[in-house]
Amino acid sequence: MNWAWNSFADFLAMGGYAIYVWGSFGVTALVLAVELWTLRARRTAWQPETDE
Amino acid sequence: MSGHRINWFYFAAPQRFYPLAGMAVPWFAALGVILAAIGLVMGLGLAPTDFQQGDSYRIIFIHVPVSWMSMVLYVAMAFWAGVGLVFNTRLASMLAQAIAPTGALMAFLSLWTGALWGRPTWGTWWVWDARLTSELILLFLYIGYLSLRGAIEDERRADRASALLALVGVVNVPIIYFSVKWWNTLHQGASVSVTKGSSMATIMLNAMLIMALAFWMYAFAVVLTRVRRIILERESGAAWTRAYLSDRSPS
Repeated sequence: MNWAWNSFADFLAMGGYAIYVWGSFGVTALVLAVELWTLRARRTAWQPETDE
Repeated sequence: MSGHRINWFYFAAPQRFYPLAGMAVPWFAALGVILAAIGLVMGLGLAPTDFQQGDSYRIIFIHVPVSWMSMVLYVAMAFWAGVGLVFNTRLASMLAQAIAPTGALMAFLSLWTGALWGRPTWGTWWVWDARLTSELILLFLYIGYLSLRGAIEDERRADRASALLALVGVVNVPIIYFSVKWWNTLHQGASVSVTKGSSMATIMLNAMLIMALAFWMYAFAVVLTRVRRIILERESGAAWTRAYLSDRSPS
């Protein structure tokens, strides 16, 4: 199987559709990262009620 | 019927489900990362350029999986909300509550990637077409569900009220799915169909299915993690939660 691209620059250019393709993949990665980060924050931010 | 019978209600107790979910999360997370890596190499590296759409078609490797997830998660949310409503089980309602934020994000990503794909292929970011509009309604249903929950102080009342909303809204899911058949839409028909098979090249199809599996694994990992947070928050008064939290050293 062959790579679809001749060079890394080709890959980044996405045949002229770079903003659309990377805009989709980038924002998806960002959204998932934010979700994971808020889940993490929810664990540390929340303090149990204690009887002390 | 003889032999062992699995008692499905055993894990319906939050304190039993909590450790089970905790054990499952790393497996789903690891599988998700591996599948996403394979899917991305296939989709962005190996799959050839499409002869009609050029490389803009590569958005499909995100767009179709997130769109499927937005619908699947809605059905799962409505299902567990309904189970919680009918059987009054806490864990079912907590699962519905845990699914909603991820479902909302998937619906948003479906619209976002759809707009970025629509622009180069249709010449427009948005059109009031049946498929796009019903997906937008799905996002509003998720937002409505979350807002309604947030507005009601008492968690058990929030469970019941939001379950009704989730169940009424489930009618929208088949509308989204069949919209491309029922109406004359700008959006194309199903790329993968149970009855007709696929209209895509093999490597493109495989990459898309692997990405879809990766999103499934991601959703499982995130929803189970979130339901664990919810269990601790909502069961904070219970004896087992206190014992668990006092054993655990603060990190």
